[in-house]
Amino acid sequence: MRFASRTSQYVVMVLFAAAFLAPLVWMVSASLRPEAQVLSVPPKFLPTDPQWSNYRQVFELIPVFLWNSVKLAGLNVVGILIVASMAGYAFARLKFAGRDIAFMVLLATSIIPGIAYLIPQYIVFRHIGWVDTQYPLWVPKVLTPVFATFLMRQSFLTIPKELEDAGKIDGASTFGIYWRIMLPQTKPALAAIGVFTFLESWNDLFGPLIYINSENLQTLPVALAQFQGEYFTQISLLMCGATVSVVPVIAVFLFAQRYFIQGITMTGMKG
Amino acid sequence: MATMTMTRGRTVAVTEARRARRKQNLVGWLFISPVVVGVVVFQFFPILVSMGASLTSWNGISAPKFVGLRNFKDLFSNDPLFRQTFKNTIYFTVASIPLTIGIGLVLALLCARPVKGVAFFRTAYFAPYVTNVVAIGFVWFWFFQPDNGVINGLLSQLGITGPQWLSSSSWAMPAVILVSVWQGIGYPMIILLAGLQGLPEEYFESARIDGAGAWARLRYITLPLLTPHFLFLLITQFITSFQVFGLIYVMTKGGPGHATSVYIFNIYQNAFGFGKVGYASAMAWILFAVIAAVTFLQWKLQKRWVFYS
Repeated sequence: MRFASRTSQYVVMVLFAAAFLAPLVWMVSASLRPEAQVLSVPPKFLPTDPQWSNYRQVFELIPVFLWNSVKLAGLNVVGILIVASMAGYAFARLKFAGRDIAFMVLLATSIIPGIAYLIPQYIVFRHIGWVDTQYPLWVPKVLTPVFATFLMRQSFLTIPKELEDAGKIDGASTFGIYWRIMLPQTKPALAAIGVFTFLESWNDLFGPLIYINSENLQTLPVALAQFQGEYFTQISLLMCGATVSVVPVIAVFLFAQRYFIQGITMTGMKG
Repeated sequence: MATMTMTRGRTVAVTEARRARRKQNLVGWLFISPVVVGVVVFQFFPILVSMGASLTSWNGISAPKFVGLRNFKDLFSNDPLFRQTFKNTIYFTVASIPLTIGIGLVLALLCARPVKGVAFFRTAYFAPYVTNVVAIGFVWFWFFQPDNGVINGLLSQLGITGPQWLSSSSWAMPAVILVSVWQGIGYPMIILLAGLQGLPEEYFESARIDGAGAWARLRYITLPLLTPHFLFLLITQFITSFQVFGLIYVMTKGGPGHATSVYIFNIYQNAFGFGKVGYASAMAWILFAVIAAVTFLQWKLQKRWVFYS
């Protein structure tokens, strides 16, 4: 009985895993096929004669897009970690007039759908000449990390007060206490926010779509969508590009899965 | 003489305390200043502009013209596309939420049992969630090709002639929903898995002693204890589903016809395609009203079904 139920559980789990992974496996395998064999009937999931030259061709096109994606993800991650951890620290640990009201107002902004302020933002950015630059893809995001601030505040609240007091006795400044004593204690939250921000920046479609016109400024995923008929005329090459756009994300996710899941559950249910 | 020094001492202490408090306030606000500046400049200000813009006829370049509530009146009374995109969005939302949460629950239950290799399975189920919509949209676009796509290829091996999928006005939406569910399941799975792992073991022990079978334990203990998580998921999934954009943009561009044109896609086209900024802003505020109302309703109705131990 036990054995039977365990076996059936495995069967179900394997079937689900196949359903979730098959499209991704197909993407990689299509990227390695000669163009004529991409859409075969009956469908094939594994390539027989891998065409590594597909990737050679694609890598003549995409380094600039890849760099843009990496650069924007880096700016967003570093910026949001600094801004959100400072604000989170102040909201959790410092006493000052207006603190709680400011925090409530900050949280309240998250119920307004993004599209309501994205339209006027676009008009303002066009006015100051930011359209077709990369500033709109990181400056407003770095300066409005509401969710990350919330997460950092939660994390700072859990640190014992004694640590802070020890720093005060040693005569450290508020910034010194935040930077040298408190911040290192919040590594799991920092890691969670780092992974979230990386994924969000990397996978962003709307921002690059409306702001970037010059191809040398475009991010990798959106470049694939925009130039599919122009540069990526073949399905196999498009799938190479798609694979390259997915690999860094999967790598980061595998590496930091634990923090990512912690972050989801922290904001999910304890808020 | 003695009293004088004492008062002076006290005033010094008072001013010092005041100065210290002022410094505390300053330091606090300095720490939060980047966020405060950001939220004011990039959210409050645009929100005010957008509220004002919803009452104007404006292309975003020349001066806006005040038209009162005409945008709203036009939307509700003579814009068939608005009505259709609204319906499409409801279709998408109503179909995808139960599927996402339901299958997410099944996967969470499977992953909650400590079997070998569970980490691999959990990662596999979650992988689509972190993958960008462009790559996902492309792959499924080719999967759904009527003649030589993978889906109809597999169906034909079972002797079934598959539909035209993305080029059929009745099958395009189910196809998009399928992909969205496939991609989105990881999130409810993780939330419910965390919920399952936090359930108190005692309930199950005593139920087992009372002779409750696995099904009864699930029906009468696990599911009721998870209702707060279901409420959370219903609220968040409604908000995200109602604003679906990426998959639609990559897979169908709203087509064929307007069969998969959803609410945000319509706003996107009006604001950034046709330059109807005032009109699009009005739509954004209707969206806000809908989301706020539904969230409020869900919150109010929770008394009827959410169980707090």
